[in-house]
Amino acid sequence: MALSFLEGNEAIGWGALAAGCRFFAGYPITPATTIYNTMLKLLPPQGGICLQGEDEIASIGFCLGASMAGLKVMTATSGPGISLYSEQISFAIGSEIPIVIVDVQRLGPSTGSATKGADGDIQFLRWGSSGGLSVIVLAPVDVADCYRLTVHAFNLAETCRCPVFIAANKEVAMTRETVDLSHIKLPDTINRRRAAHDRPFLPFEVVGDHMTPDFLSIGDDRLVRQTSSTHGPDGYITTDPSRIAQNQARLKQKIKSGARRFVFYDEIIQPETDTLVITYGVTARAARTAVKTLKKAGTAVSLFILKTLWPVPEDLIRKQAEPFKRIVVFEMNLGQYVREIRRLLPNKTVDFYGEMNGELISPARIKEVCTHG
Amino acid sequence: MGSLLNRERPPVFCPGCSHERVVQALDNAFQQMGLAGHQIVLVSDIGCSGLFDTFFNTHAMHGLHGRALTYATGIKMANPDLHVIVTMGDGGLGIGGAHVLSTCRRNIGLTLLVLNNFNYGMTGGQCSATTPKTAVVGSGFLNRLEMPMDICQVAGSAGAGYVARLSAYQKDLAEKLETAIDFDGFSLVDIQGLCTGRYTKKNKLTPKMIADEIERLPAISHFKVENARDEYGAHYRREAAKLTTESPPLSIKAEFESLEADYQEVVILGSAGQRIVTAGEVLCLAGISAGLHTTQKNDYPITVLRGHSISELILSREAIDYTGIDMPSVVIALAPEGVAKRLEMFAGLAETTWILAAKGLEMPSTTARITELDYRKNKIKSRDWAMAALIHLACKKKVLTLEMLRAAVELKFSGKVVEQVSSLIDQVSDLF
Repeated sequence: MALSFLEGNEAIGWGALAAGCRFFAGYPITPATTIYNTMLKLLPPQGGICLQGEDEIASIGFCLGASMAGLKVMTATSGPGISLYSEQISFAIGSEIPIVIVDVQRLGPSTGSATKGADGDIQFLRWGSSGGLSVIVLAPVDVADCYRLTVHAFNLAETCRCPVFIAANKEVAMTRETVDLSHIKLPDTINRRRAAHDRPFLPFEVVGDHMTPDFLSIGDDRLVRQTSSTHGPDGYITTDPSRIAQNQARLKQKIKSGARRFVFYDEIIQPETDTLVITYGVTARAARTAVKTLKKAGTAVSLFILKTLWPVPEDLIRKQAEPFKRIVVFEMNLGQYVREIRRLLPNKTVDFYGEMNGELISPARIKEVCTHG
Repeated sequence: MGSLLNRERPPVFCPGCSHERVVQALDNAFQQMGLAGHQIVLVSDIGCSGLFDTFFNTHAMHGLHGRALTYATGIKMANPDLHVIVTMGDGGLGIGGAHVLSTCRRNIGLTLLVLNNFNYGMTGGQCSATTPKTAVVGSGFLNRLEMPMDICQVAGSAGAGYVARLSAYQKDLAEKLETAIDFDGFSLVDIQGLCTGRYTKKNKLTPKMIADEIERLPAISHFKVENARDEYGAHYRREAAKLTTESPPLSIKAEFESLEADYQEVVILGSAGQRIVTAGEVLCLAGISAGLHTTQKNDYPITVLRGHSISELILSREAIDYTGIDMPSVVIALAPEGVAKRLEMFAGLAETTWILAAKGLEMPSTTARITELDYRKNKIKSRDWAMAALIHLACKKKVLTLEMLRAAVELKFSGKVVEQVSSLIDQVSDLF
């Protein structure tokens, strides 16, 4: 065994490189800055590009332009930056521009606490852009996840032509830990599907039974139109209600139908247990410790760790919860994802425990909530 | 090359709108330059100027208000061969001000055409960044309170390599646009014109008045000389070519036997400048050299040279789940700032915890064993106290050994620093 010692943000950078990322732009913000630092070391020497925008709006704008010119792109920020990204995120959603967006969450609201962790942006990432259409959000638990899920995030962005978020947390992103990188199996990298040469190209035409349009780069021999306006297949404004409705439905459906292919999760299911703990992100680590301790104490509980938060893996959550009497959801916020769990499990007891104080939820607290309610 | 105008989508501007003249002039410029549609991308934003991309058979990217320069920058960096033309109104100029200034400073090879008609035409003729104070606009009295901006002086001051102030009515408009597009760097062209749908309904403005005003405004030709420099992208690629490729994260093999404990927590409490985080990393590397899993969680305020600095370390034979501190084996206490942040921890420490405290540091009440180390008396500098404490631990074979520590020092540092730390090891080994 040979171990490397790195923080989650560095692992995200190396994961991006492995996925074929060629363009990064960001604006310094704790606790995401070390992703920018990493990309600045990794990309330019290898012919890639790393830029510092004048603000977050510019940083993500650079990425959208570069993505349309054919490069795999990533940006990284924290909650205040995601707020500024909002208009550009909706552009990427509606106009199907592949991009990976890392949100290293810090304690909010607003500028909050720069050096304290939180999972306070979980609903914001889903709903924080105009139009309300679906996005994909992955939540890493540890450094290995930061590396592996980043490659998946790029693959999903390329496949679904949409923004894919990595919902990290200062506590994963800036905590260093040992990891055996050589033993992490990375998925094969996927590149966006290019338009065939033997037929006329329309930038938003969906061919056959595909769910996304074929891609050509701005700069290709054939002309490419990209627009943030409500558009038809030709990339020009349309006001035809049926055409608009059809496209919006496809934008929703392409994420939903892809959901089965990208559900990442982890579990410790123990026989004959009544209680299922559901959590995600760094809190999953405390939950693992708590679950081990509880087992030793003879009061075993089971654990379900979600790594795909959006789209909500509805079938999987229902199936996992089915055998249990009591569900307990732990989050580093005052109750965000538990809304989804309660929505899916109306006939179960779903308890919630959250903390929003800049500290990790401790295994002792999880144990106590599981045992005493 | 023929016209690049999109015959299926002719301009739809209000009768008399000067934008249409710019469309024609731009097409003429493209033709003069012999450009094909696929060599050009038109990047636009919101408002009447945002319609430009639809009138041409070129690549196009139309996005959010004021952000066109951001997309254009990404495109140009990704594909330096493209001619990237950005259209923006005086509205986009205002809302995207930071992008305009930064693009000027960068001198990236884009051409920005500011379609300046002194108001927000599409939304009802409200005042913009260029509306005269005396104009009657859709913003009531508000424009009387703000100074209009001469974008050419602003852009030149911000470092734009090429700035031109033009009238949509001047005969040589196409030639001027050609010069701007040809410029190897950022070129900004302020094209003043008439908004017949809104502005000129309540304000007298004629091509002659525009020409007179342009004549009256301060000269800007000097900026071309003052701001002459390399194009950003070319400069970027030249600088990047000098860099060496980053090595992958170091992979560390276990060389030594670790000490007996399966799981140990260490907390280092200090202040900024005491190299707390570095010492924490060295301890983790020492652990890794003995095949242990480690985590390092740091806590510090956003100020760099002031305040507390805390490093929380775990060394374990098994993979580590929870990275928080439950019951440390060792607490290294070096400064009141760090101690003050962990008062609750001290109250809960067990007798088995060993506290290595800097002599003279006031310690909270605790049942843990305390050993005081007098760094000052032994002339050890504050920035080396954390490392000295690790050396002491290694000498006492607690958490790490000297061989683990030496291996960690070799992994973390190079050259002269290794020698300095080695001599510190010798010094501290003899002292405590």
